Amino acid sequence: MTVAEAVVTARGITKTFGKGGVTALQDIDLEVGSGEFISLIGPSGCGKSTLLRVIGDLVEPTAGEILVNGKTAHRARLDRDYGIVFQAAVLYDWRTVVKNIALPLELLGWSRAKRAERVSEMVKLVELEGFEKHYPWQLSGGMQQRVSIARALSFSPALLLMDEPFGALDEMTRERLNAELLRIWAETRSTVIFVTHSISEAVYLSTRVVVMSPRPGRITSVIPIDLPQPRMFETREDPRFFELVTEVREALHAGGGDE
Amino acid sequence: MRSRIGSATARVAVLGLVLVGLWALWEGYRKLWEETGWTRPFPVNATTMPHLHDIVGALFDPIREGEPLLARYMLDAALFTAKEAAVGFAIGATIGFLLGALIARFGVLQRGVMPYVVASQTIPILALAPIVVVGLGNVSIVGWTPKDWMRVAVIAAYLTFFPVTVNTVRGLRSADPAAVELMESYAAREWSVFWKLRVPAAMPYLFSAFKVAATASVVGAVIGELPSSIQDGLGGWIINFNQYYALDPENLWAVNLVAALLGISFFLVVVLVEKLVVHRAPEQLV
Repeated sequence: MTVAEAVVTARGITKTFGKGGVTALQDIDLEVGSGEFISLIGPSGCGKSTLLRVIGDLVEPTAGEILVNGKTAHRARLDRDYGIVFQAAVLYDWRTVVKNIALPLELLGWSRAKRAERVSEMVKLVELEGFEKHYPWQLSGGMQQRVSIARALSFSPALLLMDEPFGALDEMTRERLNAELLRIWAETRSTVIFVTHSISEAVYLSTRVVVMSPRPGRITSVIPIDLPQPRMFETREDPRFFELVTEVREALHAGGGDE
Repeated sequence: MRSRIGSATARVAVLGLVLVGLWALWEGYRKLWEETGWTRPFPVNATTMPHLHDIVGALFDPIREGEPLLARYMLDAALFTAKEAAVGFAIGATIGFLLGALIARFGVLQRGVMPYVVASQTIPILALAPIVVVGLGNVSIVGWTPKDWMRVAVIAAYLTFFPVTVNTVRGLRSADPAAVELMESYAAREWSVFWKLRVPAAMPYLFSAFKVAATASVVGAVIGELPSSIQDGLGGWIINFNQYYALDPENLWAVNLVAALLGISFFLVVVLVEKLVVHRAPEQLV
């Protein structure tokens, strides 16, 4: 599949850990277009988190090539092209909400005034007004994850990498944050790569779902999600939604994934 | 808010009760031993165990006819010793932090240097103090001779740096690996990772070391004064009152009391600074 404006191009990515050890990823080809929302889904051990880290230049591939906006992944990281959200919010306990969001801006050397302006925009974006001066341990899990998202988006990175960001949250909070993430994605026109093990979450959020299988980790199918945008609460009740959920589930089983 | 005030009252009440309890133990023990005439482990009398009110009272007696109260002299001596201890604490904490940072950064130093750091603390401080304070008395550094009290501060620093080094190593390494990965994703320089992540993460560890070091620095300062001819600090008064113990035993106890209060004040200063500097979930404070 060719995409007009590729943000990420992965060719022949292979990753083995240790000498002659486990093959985490084998021969991965993937292209992600600008403004896409791509989900990587698969059973645990299929290498989806490793693939995300390879794209983000946090793990070096054993073979293959990654281009991000035409640059190497390493160059892209040095250029601060990545915003990353982990499963845990990874907030700094000694910083307030606004100071946490400002962290990447400080590292980029933004002036105090510019930082304050952007941070207040981000606080509005993730709807945390009134909690600016709170410390992370004074927030609920869902609110902590929203701070983490605001921090990742604060410097408008070319690519948002999310590693099971809502995996630790309860179902209700997760659905609400899914909807919020879609609103933020539409408002900021970001490109997102999203790792999850929830089929319905992947279908609800994505423009394409990339299905992976384990041992060795490889891509078994790529399913375009043709649900209309913007996705609403009712999208989850759309018959087409259920068809796509079934399609992804069957692709997972065909890939030999023992969920 | 109410519960916070409530717990503060409770804390003061407990402190008061413990104080009353200790007083009752001391005086009760005296009374029992005196009444029964027991002589083991030692006979109890005004020399071996002065009344607590006599010890506190000694502070408010003039040391000689027509001279100021003992408390007046104790205050000056405590301030003098506090200066030595504070300077020693500052030097020791700085050296301890730098050493800890180097060890945390360069793993090879852990095995190469840490044994010497540990060994340094096995040397009896009472043996080391005369060497530093008296033995180095005439050493001058490019024409400048350190004052006596500065050499005492070195002893205080010697006792201070160790807990700070150990906890700096642990604290700097305590940063969440995911938080380090986050910094990598921003291509943060090592210097930024150090100041914006590792040092703040180490703060609770550092402050628990500072609390130990604060009291140790006072002990170090007092011990450092003993072998020298310094008369201005609490150590000088301890030597002095030691010689007159048979005559005025409560005076020596009174100096000890003042030294303890000085150590406690140092500790409380560290606690206060920690409250101002470290913002952490209550359960995460070490």
